Amino acid sequence: MDFTLSEEQQLLQDSAHKFLRDNVDIERRRMRARQGDNLDAAMWSQFAELGWLALPFSEDDGGLGGGVVESMLLNEELGRALVLEPYLANVVLAGGILSQAGAQHRADYLGPLLEGKLQAAVAIEEYGQTFSAEKSGVVFSRNGSGVVLSGSKHCVLNANHAEIIIVPACDRDSGELALFIVARDQPGVTVDSHRLVNGMGAGRVALADVAVDGVAEIIGDVSAIIADTLRRTWLAMGAQAMGAMACLQQMTLEYSKNRKQFGLPLSAFQVLQHRMVDMFIVCEQFRSLLLAATLKYQEGHADADFAIHAMKARIGISGRKVAHEAVQLHGGMGMTDEMAVGHYFKHLVALDLLLGNADQHQARLYRPIG
Amino acid sequence: MDLKTPPEEILFRDEVRSFLADSLTEEICSAGRRTTSVFADPAIAMQWQGILHRKGWAAPHWPKEYGGTGWSVSQRAIFAEELIHAEAPPLIPMGLQMCGPCLIGYGTQEQKDYYLPRILNGEHFWCQGYSEPGSGSDLASLKTMAVSDGDDYIVNGTKIWTTYAHHANYMFALVRTSKEGKPQSGITFLLIDMNTPGIKVDPIIGLDEIPEQCQVFFDDVRVPKKNRIGDENDGWSVAKYLLMFERGGIEYGPGLRVRMARLKQLAEARGDVSDILRHKMADCETEILSLEFTEKRIKSALSSGQNPGALASMTKILGTELQQRTSELMVELLGIEALVWQPDAIEAGANVPMYAPEHSLVAMPSYLNARACSIYGGSNEIQRGIIAKAVLGL
Repeated sequence: MDFTLSEEQQLLQDSAHKFLRDNVDIERRRMRARQGDNLDAAMWSQFAELGWLALPFSEDDGGLGGGVVESMLLNEELGRALVLEPYLANVVLAGGILSQAGAQHRADYLGPLLEGKLQAAVAIEEYGQTFSAEKSGVVFSRNGSGVVLSGSKHCVLNANHAEIIIVPACDRDSGELALFIVARDQPGVTVDSHRLVNGMGAGRVALADVAVDGVAEIIGDVSAIIADTLRRTWLAMGAQAMGAMACLQQMTLEYSKNRKQFGLPLSAFQVLQHRMVDMFIVCEQFRSLLLAATLKYQEGHADADFAIHAMKARIGISGRKVAHEAVQLHGGMGMTDEMAVGHYFKHLVALDLLLGNADQHQARLYRPIG
Repeated sequence: MDLKTPPEEILFRDEVRSFLADSLTEEICSAGRRTTSVFADPAIAMQWQGILHRKGWAAPHWPKEYGGTGWSVSQRAIFAEELIHAEAPPLIPMGLQMCGPCLIGYGTQEQKDYYLPRILNGEHFWCQGYSEPGSGSDLASLKTMAVSDGDDYIVNGTKIWTTYAHHANYMFALVRTSKEGKPQSGITFLLIDMNTPGIKVDPIIGLDEIPEQCQVFFDDVRVPKKNRIGDENDGWSVAKYLLMFERGGIEYGPGLRVRMARLKQLAEARGDVSDILRHKMADCETEILSLEFTEKRIKSALSSGQNPGALASMTKILGTELQQRTSELMVELLGIEALVWQPDAIEAGANVPMYAPEHSLVAMPSYLNARACSIYGGSNEIQRGIIAKAVLGL
């Protein structure tokens, strides 16, 4: 058992921290989020130059061969800096699926993606459904060598920028799950772009009898490909939540030392001190759980899935606890768009609701008894 | 970063496991299962201590020259885990965990030579004289007076919440030797022979109807000055040293994991457990997993010579709150079975007919006693105060 970082890992953490501290300005982020500007082309190519887009992929595919620990370190910094660019959607989610696809797909799409030249999205979520990767409201029918796809997907992350959309769909007859790569400009594809609460870009994707070639299908154990990509995505989301929670905890502490009421700094009041101690404890416990989930996944432990679902549930439970306390302790200022507190709050809310919220993940922690 | 176990630790775990399998009798394990607080039946606990002492394993955390084992942080943790898995009763901590380390840090050679072997072999049974009726969380306000009289002190006053004082033949106590200056600077650390004239012990019946705590009264009790640890008026330093020694030494994770496993096992056997309860159990298990990793982070820091600081001060709060939650879930799961009240049937060695399964008879006193976890050892509010000051700089 060893919780220390290797030299390379330490370097990655330090350089990501420094780069984002020097290049992401919270004031500019605030403006960009309001204008729906969630992909800065210059920033994205810098991410590529820094190797971040290639980080989790194998060296054979032109990646850097980083594992989930490296991904955790980078995503924690992305969360800390509230980066708007679609790292989760494009690199972790779409990249995660493409990296398990056939050689041709990897060459056509993963190569450009990790060089920063392709934006992709995965259409998983749907309105009115408990999150599930095993079913899809999009159906397909085989038609000679091709297929025809129909249905809608919602809150598709990065759909506003994506040139290709990876769509899980069910066979109209057998219900069997398959994955297709659909070009955004294909006839019958409609994307209605919108923002999410935290400024992330997303969209509603409607497919009306979209005919795609047989080569658009990702061949393999589709359920396993999606399941493993989701595990890695949940872990990355956990790391982003960690960064956001740590910032909120620190900011609240600083604010309480400066803000005076009744002639005393807020930090002098015991009732507030104990609440800040509890925020601190929640953050540290979340970090421990994130490490548990990440390392158990890395080493293939039998209880890795328990730890991952427990951690994803805690993004909601612990993240909102810390965010609510941060807003309360900031008082009225915590309610303004001007302060960073609210932006971290909104990011944590999004990380909770996306890809299965706290209750849904908590429910996966026990199996029906009897 | 990894969770891998080095091969030598696997071998060590096997060694501990086979020793425990050979030496833990059913009588001793039964007392372990029937323990409803942190204190096991004194006679059985001392019997078990004797077995460990003969193996040289009674005080793994002491320096080797005083009878410790010289084990690493990981080895000590493995040993503690295996004791819990084997359902061994916990050893009585007052001598081994509390007084021993104080003597090692602050005792004279003569004091160490006399007391340490007798702590190890169980000849001396210790109790802790800290709290007083008027001094709980505000310990430094304690009033039990020790007045100098030649080679002795004459002690007057009273101590309370003195666990097992009615079984003890020695007490380590904080007494007031000066009323000048800050309250902390007039306190002295004394070792008191419980058979000295003028000492009266009144057991206090707890919520479980078992006398575990006591109040001790001192009426002109003569204590030789050679029984003082450290300097006069410097007892607070000795007490603080003890806290430092304890820090990072206690792991809650393994015990909580065993309780959780029992809960799940019973839940599966019942079959009619509501989703609400299963949801709560999953939530509790998540917190336990997190705490286990917080404790792993502490061990990792200690092993590489770093100071875990903040993390260590958190675990008392988390560990005790989870002890309370698991004991509460057990009562919730068992329902009316947990209402059956037969304290005499779960005494160590008792052979009384039980009107509910043993685990049910144990569940309610355990739940009631668990409310004390967040009060003793520095209440959880005091712990939050320490974190606020020492960690958050408030």
